[in-house]
Amino acid sequence: MREITYAQAVREALAEEMRRDERVFLMGEDIGVYGGAFGVTLGLIDEFGPERVMDTPLSEAAIIGAAAGAAVLGMRPVAEVQFSDFLTIGSDQLVNQAAKMRYMFGGKVRVPMVVRTPAGSGTGAAAQHSQSLETWFMHIPGLKVVAPATPYDAKGLLKSAIRDDNPVVVFEHKLLYKTKGPVPEEDYTVPIGKAAIRREGTDITVIATSVMVLRSLAAADRLAEEGISVEVIDLRSLRPLDTETIVKSVCKTGRAVVVHEANKFAGFGGEIVGTIVESEAFDYLDAPVVRLGGKDVPIPYNPQLERAAVPQEEDIVAACRNLMRQSPRWRARA
Amino acid sequence: MAESMATAARKVDLPPGRLLHMYRQMLRIRKFEEEVDRLYQAGKIWGTFHLYIGQEASAVGAIEALEPGDYITSTHRGHGHSIAKGASIPLMMAELRGKETGYCRGRGGSMHIADVESGNLGANGIVGGGIPIATGAALACKKLGNGRVVMCFFGDGALAQGAFHEAVNFAAVFKLPVVYVCENNQYAMSMPVDRGLGSTDIVIRAAAYGLPGVSVDGNDVLAVYEAAKEAVDRARRGEGPTLIETRTYRWRGHSKSDANRYRTREEIEAWKQRCPIRRFGEYLEGLGLLTAADRERMEREVEAEIQDAIAFAESQPDPDVSQLADGVYA
Ligand SMILES: Cc1ncc(C[n+]2csc(CCOP(=O)(O)OP(=O)(O)O)c2C)c(N)n1
Ligand SMILES: [Mg+2]
Repeated sequence: MREITYAQAVREALAEEMRRDERVFLMGEDIGVYGGAFGVTLGLIDEFGPERVMDTPLSEAAIIGAAAGAAVLGMRPVAEVQFSDFLTIGSDQLVNQAAKMRYMFGGKVRVPMVVRTPAGSGTGAAAQHSQSLETWFMHIPGLKVVAPATPYDAKGLLKSAIRDDNPVVVFEHKLLYKTKGPVPEEDYTVPIGKAAIRREGTDITVIATSVMVLRSLAAADRLAEEGISVEVIDLRSLRPLDTETIVKSVCKTGRAVVVHEANKFAGFGGEIVGTIVESEAFDYLDAPVVRLGGKDVPIPYNPQLERAAVPQEEDIVAACRNLMRQSPRWRARA
Repeated sequence: MAESMATAARKVDLPPGRLLHMYRQMLRIRKFEEEVDRLYQAGKIWGTFHLYIGQEASAVGAIEALEPGDYITSTHRGHGHSIAKGASIPLMMAELRGKETGYCRGRGGSMHIADVESGNLGANGIVGGGIPIATGAALACKKLGNGRVVMCFFGDGALAQGAFHEAVNFAAVFKLPVVYVCENNQYAMSMPVDRGLGSTDIVIRAAAYGLPGVSVDGNDVLAVYEAAKEAVDRARRGEGPTLIETRTYRWRGHSKSDANRYRTREEIEAWKQRCPIRRFGEYLEGLGLLTAADRERMEREVEAEIQDAIAFAESQPDPDVSQLADGVYA
């Protein structure tokens, strides 16, 4: 299969969905001739014109709210928020309006809109351009939240999001835009709410999203050399959450590590741990479940500090090693 | 000289030393920015920054109208405001290099330089984010009765933010001592003002809040000074806010560099012909306050100052990673 970048995969999904369904259109800051802050929409204005690739004023509340309003009348807008940090500015429209309209109105409307947004640290953009806020939106009934880690999923999940009749927030990690992977040329979708097992293993289940999936896979390679077999689950969707895949895997391995970039405190790792300990997997646990997440600091500018603020490959390796040392069955084996 | 200073005909009440100081300030900003760009190309600065080249008269003219105890809030394009307000260039350079001794201990970088001692309440990564902050600072000045004024800088793009509307109305209602300075450099990233704003008559917005609105040539440092002085005096007298538009142009790409797909080379060149520094230099020469030799000497001095700052920054320590969590709470 041909390989393309994550950014190209997103662009293809947007282009294909606009060709497929004339109700689909894009709104965002600098998404036209500029091509978006990360070049994701570059060239789309040439094919679809400024009516469907709308450069908007610098107004996140209006962008998100207008997407909701247009969606209620049957359009299928895809809004881009230039950095996920700016979701906070549009969050009344997303949280109080778009997420709740259907339920509040007794099921009378649908709000088929998408908000795409680049998230995460690693670019030196500091505290107001580097956050991972997915947990905020996971907390809101009425929203769906996805965070693709691969080009294949970036395209397939975005297509599902556009075809979904509910508001979906898509977190795209900035560090992933240039990563490459196989992506089919024919139409396909990746279902929202279904995790992927990226690597099978028997000793530890590592549950990750987004760029942390890549770091977990790299860690798993290193741990394999030490005889530790790691299963890596890429959640892909945070809401709805594929609890079945998580529970099944932990029943098999008896150990779990959750990794995310968002702050550990009140991050979604807690939700995953809750899912595990409330399920039959509890009986299979050989060790406490471990959470790795961002340190409780705003993302700093200095590159060494920035790196230290979020989990890295070596942190995942260390956590897994530690976990094995704590486990009675492994100690007996060693 | 098509673009001779409108102010040549005007009587600006500033002593020669002050005029020369303003010229030097503009030069310092220009050279600082040129070196930041060079350091970035050389891989010495990371992350992102937004250059102020071409807009120097706006920061210098406006901030010269303040008293030393007054405050400013700045933007993502904030180096010029910091320097004009009296920041230390070595400490700014150290911050851009991510050093422990930089203005934000290497935690903030270009978009968050703050120097509370010189009255700079901070640059901002959020467009429009500083407008309510400036308003609150003005509220404190009023409550404290300290006679101080806050000057709030933002770009044309920020006019499209809800925060602008809310904060300016708030300040109008409480007659706060704040001066809103909209630096209209013709674009918000790739968005030209005539497509990003319903009306390009920026200061017409002032009327909606019952405020005076003044639009000036933002490349004419004395025109900016005059408008700002009047607004600052008004604020200090307790008569409330003013909205000023400074019409100017950013010569460089939006951040670091960009492909300039959204504008023409001719347009950029035409604005370069209206260089605020050259114009002011020629004006001062015309007044007999500055000779060509003086200008060259001043340029050499500023160049040396910036090089010293770079050397200082280079010698400074990086933050200690074990102190990552230091400073989140008071
Ligand atoms: C709320 C928010 N939205 C978007 C951005 C991304 N962004 C940074 S600067 C900028 C353009 C700002 O234009 P303007 O206010 O005119 O200032 P200028 O860059 O021209 O100085 C944009 C879109 C941001 N930082 N904050
Ligand atoms: Mg602008």
